[in-house]
Amino acid sequence: MQRTLYDKLWDSHVVREEADGTALLYIDRHLVHEVTSPQAYEGLRLAGRRPWRVESVVATADHNTPTKDWNLGITDPVSRTQVETLDANIREYGAKAYFPFLDRRQGIVHVIGPEQGATLPGMTVVCGDSHTSTHGAFAALAFGIGTSEVEHVLATQCLLMKKAKSMLVRVDGCLPPGVTAKDLALAVIGRLGTAAGTGYAIEFGGEAVRALSMEARMTLCNMAIEAGARSGMVAVDERTIDYVRGRPLAPTAANWDRAVAHWRTLVSDDGAAFDVTHVFDASTMSPQVTWGTSPEMVVPVDGRVPDPDRAGDATRREGIERALAYMGLEPNAPMTSIKIDKVFIGSCTNSRIEDLREAAAVARGRRVAGNVRLAMVVPGSGMVKAQAEAEGLDRVFVDAGFEWREPGCSMCLAMNDDRLEPGERCASTSNRNFEGRQGAGGRTHLVSPAMAAAAAVEGHFVDVRRLR
Amino acid sequence: MCVDFVSGQRMQPFLVHTGLVAPLDRANVDTDAIIPKQFLKSIKRSGFGPNLFDAWRYLDRGEPGMDNAGRPRNPQFVLNEPRYQGASILLARRNFGCGSSREHAPWALCDFGFRALIAPSYADIFNNNCYKNGLLPIVLPEAQVDRLFADTAAFPGFRLTIDLEGQRVSTVDGSLAFDFEIEPFRKHCLKHGLDDIGLTLQHADAIRTFETKRLAEQPWLA
Repeated sequence: MQRTLYDKLWDSHVVREEADGTALLYIDRHLVHEVTSPQAYEGLRLAGRRPWRVESVVATADHNTPTKDWNLGITDPVSRTQVETLDANIREYGAKAYFPFLDRRQGIVHVIGPEQGATLPGMTVVCGDSHTSTHGAFAALAFGIGTSEVEHVLATQCLLMKKAKSMLVRVDGCLPPGVTAKDLALAVIGRLGTAAGTGYAIEFGGEAVRALSMEARMTLCNMAIEAGARSGMVAVDERTIDYVRGRPLAPTAANWDRAVAHWRTLVSDDGAAFDVTHVFDASTMSPQVTWGTSPEMVVPVDGRVPDPDRAGDATRREGIERALAYMGLEPNAPMTSIKIDKVFIGSCTNSRIEDLREAAAVARGRRVAGNVRLAMVVPGSGMVKAQAEAEGLDRVFVDAGFEWREPGCSMCLAMNDDRLEPGERCASTSNRNFEGRQGAGGRTHLVSPAMAAAAAVEGHFVDVRRLR
Repeated sequence: MCVDFVSGQRMQPFLVHTGLVAPLDRANVDTDAIIPKQFLKSIKRSGFGPNLFDAWRYLDRGEPGMDNAGRPRNPQFVLNEPRYQGASILLARRNFGCGSSREHAPWALCDFGFRALIAPSYADIFNNNCYKNGLLPIVLPEAQVDRLFADTAAFPGFRLTIDLEGQRVSTVDGSLAFDFEIEPFRKHCLKHGLDDIGLTLQHADAIRTFETKRLAEQPWLA
């Protein structure tokens, strides 16, 4: 019987199964951050339980940490308490690795997991964070969980769950130059909608996906949750193995060879059946910009803001009208006519070194437009920051008028001081354009790093391919 | 409520619930809207109710530590309407609870006083999180949800009875009734208010055996 990658990952982690299909699934890697873990550790403590296997835990503080003036520490007392609570919990219970605030390896949990080799092919990877789907780029079964489930994994190393249905998103052809994994993800979500993946595990395949770098695959899998799927994944190939080789927590010596032999089996068998398959043509895709308050509200940059009068049903029409009112946009306006106030380059979607290189290539020799109040670049981790500085990218950004910040989640969700003010419009490389996501009343347009840099220097959205 | 770790019960058991219905007529309500990020800095599970739907419910910008009783309310927001005060069943549209995995969303809904939700669909992580907190996310077909929206609007004080054992939502007079599906294991946990960590630990030996074998075969996972 031919099996999908998801079948293989699922089958190899089932400890036991109830008659109704509810399985006890073993968890290999548990990523922990400060926002969704305090109540889980508290629950453990109240029940007098101990973590089942602390070697599975890799932790960092990322959501609340400031991105400048690190010498001042965390000045917001509520944020500081949450970060210190994580420090205390890791001190008390332990972890395989902890990258606390100020550590040079600290960063966004979904950046440092792969970077440190804490994410390996074939693993189950969980975190109290919906963007855990990112790690599926390594042919891992990776998904976000709630805090009760964080506690469950801490206490039992397992989760109770039912197997999802399988979806293949096959992307044929090649992405044109200037069109990135972010644009691919947004184009897929634009066509399928934000609920298409509900109840499914998505495998991304096809020529265009095979051609993506590991970092680009992470961007794509990261956005699987914005299509409604808890997990997205890509099969193992040489690129996967090359990326993992030599990472601090990756296997070495004889274990490496054994691991690689196993990892090479982590592909869907020829002829394996998926519950549903969606086929896309990469060659026709272009840079994408969201116009509304859901990632599915997206058009190509040469498109226009939609007209609610042309919407199919009443719920959809009201949704468009509400989004346009919130976003302060007129129907039928060209996307390139939309001026922006701020630019955010960062987040677990787009803050890795390749993202920064792409943005820097656009920023080099140009200046941030006068109407842009703030353009900030927030590297995904201390290691990404160091690499970017070694390549001189920080100078490129600073010379162009961008602010070069310390790593963290930053204005993706605005839990620290980095946020939009009411009515401010932002070109953002993050993953959610929900109302208030980047600050109460803030207006978010999701784009790729190159498109964000292009918007920064032009002051409005523009097809980055015209700048080159 | 306190957790009884001897019985393994930590949630209020859900048997039959009758309550006032409040309608939230928009699709794709995300967890950022249900409980905005600034309230996620709390290290507790309780106290989120006053900030449920904060940006829609109040006219000013909410921050942790504010006296919510004194804040200006948005009269346009449905949960502020006098007729929906005391509601314990939230009627919603498709893909409710999408976005962030924050369990603070069901914590806020529970803390506000909701015991059950009715919608055509929920995002997966949110759906799980509801069950972990004794909040019943009932799925009904779009047409039935439409009917409930119409009746909620038409009849002030519109109440529904939810019978978990019978898997049925009905009007108090029984004139309208819809059956719903629920996974048997989840139903069992809700009915008894069970802590599923306790249930899982009954299989500790099986987990240990599995783990030992796995780490022997794939020592790089250790």
